[in-house]
Amino acid sequence: MKAMKKVLSLAVVAAMALSVFACSADTAETTSEETQAAVDYEYMSYAEYEAAALDTEVTVLCTVMATQSWWEDQITVYAQAFDGDGAYFIYNMACSEEDSEELFEGATILVTGYKSEWEGEVEITDATFEFTDLAQENPMEPVDLTADFGNDDALIAYQNRNFTMTGLTVEASGDNGDAFLYSWDGSGSQGDDLYFTVSNGETTMTFTVESYLTGADTDVYQAVEALNVGDTIDVAGFLYWYQGANPHITSVVEAQ
Amino acid sequence: MISLRKALSSVLALSVVFSVFGVTGCHGSVTRNEFTVPEYFDTSRQFEITFWAKNDTNVNQTRIYNQAIEDFEALYPNISVNLRLYTDYNKIYNDVITNIATDTTPNVCITYPDHIATYISGENTVVPLDNLFTDERYGLGGSELLFESPSVDQIVPQFLDECTINGVHYCMPYMRSTEALYINKTYVEALGYEIPDIVTWDFIWEVSNAATAKNPDGTYAINGQDVMIPFIYKSSDNMMITMLRQLGAGYSDDYGNIDIFNDTTTSILRTVADETALGAFSTFTVSGYPGNFLNAGQCIFGVDSTAGSTWMGPHAPLSDIHESNIVDFEMVVRPVPQYDTENPLMMSQGPSVCVFNKEDPQEVLASWLFAQYLLTNDVQIAYAGTEGYVPVTTMAQESQDYQDYLNDPEEYSIKIDVTNMFLENIGNTFVTPVFNGSTSLRNAAAQLINNTVKSVRRRETIDDEYFANMYEEVTALYRLDQLSASKDSRADLGPMPSESKALLITLGVVWIGIGVYFAYGLVKKRKKS
Repeated sequence: MKAMKKVLSLAVVAAMALSVFACSADTAETTSEETQAAVDYEYMSYAEYEAAALDTEVTVLCTVMATQSWWEDQITVYAQAFDGDGAYFIYNMACSEEDSEELFEGATILVTGYKSEWEGEVEITDATFEFTDLAQENPMEPVDLTADFGNDDALIAYQNRNFTMTGLTVEASGDNGDAFLYSWDGSGSQGDDLYFTVSNGETTMTFTVESYLTGADTDVYQAVEALNVGDTIDVAGFLYWYQGANPHITSVVEAQ
Repeated sequence: MISLRKALSSVLALSVVFSVFGVTGCHGSVTRNEFTVPEYFDTSRQFEITFWAKNDTNVNQTRIYNQAIEDFEALYPNISVNLRLYTDYNKIYNDVITNIATDTTPNVCITYPDHIATYISGENTVVPLDNLFTDERYGLGGSELLFESPSVDQIVPQFLDECTINGVHYCMPYMRSTEALYINKTYVEALGYEIPDIVTWDFIWEVSNAATAKNPDGTYAINGQDVMIPFIYKSSDNMMITMLRQLGAGYSDDYGNIDIFNDTTTSILRTVADETALGAFSTFTVSGYPGNFLNAGQCIFGVDSTAGSTWMGPHAPLSDIHESNIVDFEMVVRPVPQYDTENPLMMSQGPSVCVFNKEDPQEVLASWLFAQYLLTNDVQIAYAGTEGYVPVTTMAQESQDYQDYLNDPEEYSIKIDVTNMFLENIGNTFVTPVFNGSTSLRNAAAQLINNTVKSVRRRETIDDEYFANMYEEVTALYRLDQLSASKDSRADLGPMPSESKALLITLGVVWIGIGVYFAYGLVKKRKKS
């Protein structure tokens, strides 16, 4: 009986030892498998996407940077190319409410849609997607576009990118000289998009807090509501385009 | 026997209790009493009412709302109006739907008849206005009003007709507009054409085709630019609906029977496909605002609302494009293109105003007084003047103030031109049927055109199979087969709530218990005998 117990104990210990090695081997294999898996997906590089003609079907591998609110089985996504060479604006992508909750920042998805242009904004429309298990190992840092402030010819190269601009001065907006407006001309109310004008001392730009992206309960929305004309600020956002640069601002802080 | 009787009595009592909760919990709706006009308005009481108002992202319109409230409150110091502004009509619709479920609707709301059709699926949610219209004291033109309000007869009948559902007025028109054809006359004449008084669809396509000619370097001959979309239609749904109406073809009837999938629709879409393939046509959804392309000299014919006139033209007071991109040209306006120039037809559209029912009829009456105030001349003329709207009352249209406005040289000429065009054609306007689901059908109509344009641009094959598949997909997407199947105007209210299920189960148990008790009694009786 005692011998039997010893044999069983040894067998359990051996099994545990074997399982430790097995798991390690799986992990090592998984890491290389994940890298291999990116290659296994068929998708366009960002350069290929850029070169693609409008109204052609595109398949891109991308990592979510942010999303607008889900509504009626659609969601709009700001995403970086998986290879890190550019960014996409994916407009009204088909998405269930359940899936929308998994589209958090950092999720890597394979998107198929059509490259389109609307009022100068190049975007992917009529898109569908699938989740991947890939991790984005090179998240795109925001590009500093302060030097290109107000210069659409230069800014267009960074369309849809996450960006920062620093040391900007809040200018008066609207007939009453307000620091910001609800809707483009003040015709809205709290909860609507915010518009505010900033300058670099030479020229001005109008920035937007897109309410479907960052609503009234977010820090940036409230930060803009707290702005005063003359404040000096640093901003971050996505370089959306509508008849020229029309950035969607996601962060406003006092200039450093 | 005794214990069984007690058990059944208990179950019966419980079922009564459940039935109370079950009825009130049924489908999440709140049962409200039908509104009855009070005999008098209690001016000794204070009322606070909410007004949800949509504007066209136009701050002048918000100022008019604020002024209207200020003037109204001066007349009725016991009524305080809280304004909530919207710029998106889908947002106001969604918020109302959400608030119906929680019984927190506003008192007065700018709305559209398509939306009302869904709102009224809740019992007594929206106040039917017919009795209010004709009330001698507080109705339209009533004796006790503190302002001059129009009578029913002084509301333009074509506009008022749009506000009826199943023969009942659930809203009043607030502002009305139509669509206009905005034309770059300079380019049309440069192409060798003269613009007729009534433009036909054939004329549009012929000139648009001519405008697609290119220079050897690939730029367009007419404007020397890389971009030219000769004809852009802002509202794809209006385009399909208008063409079908002009051709006397099916769309839907007043009861929600869907007729849109017919040969005329297919013929229209084939034309859309052909013209898109030539580079002659696009829509707002696919390319952008007609006004932006028109003002940049990149479009020749733009169809948009008369209520968008202040954005149209090289000298428009409002513009989304940089001034350096604006091209100078002479612009003229016409009614939308027609198939039959002898019998022009164009859509009438625009916001209406409704009143939501509340427990307190005095509160509803206060709300009605404010809603009615929106039809006074001061509000009507001021708001109509912000864009190419027309007042909905003949009282305002025929007033000297309005005539002065139409003849004011300081006003933007294109806005006045489209306004006059609309006033001359009110008798040629039509409205679309309103029923629960009419919004879905309208969206489907737009989808047909937009899908066709996209498919052509994406070089898909456009043939009978394409149309058959698209009709199937659009039907499923907007559940149009369910609209046709259901003649009931009530909306699908979703799954039964648990309270109602509990009630039905309890009632079932009770009846089973009663049956068991009865059978037991019968058996016992037989045994005794």
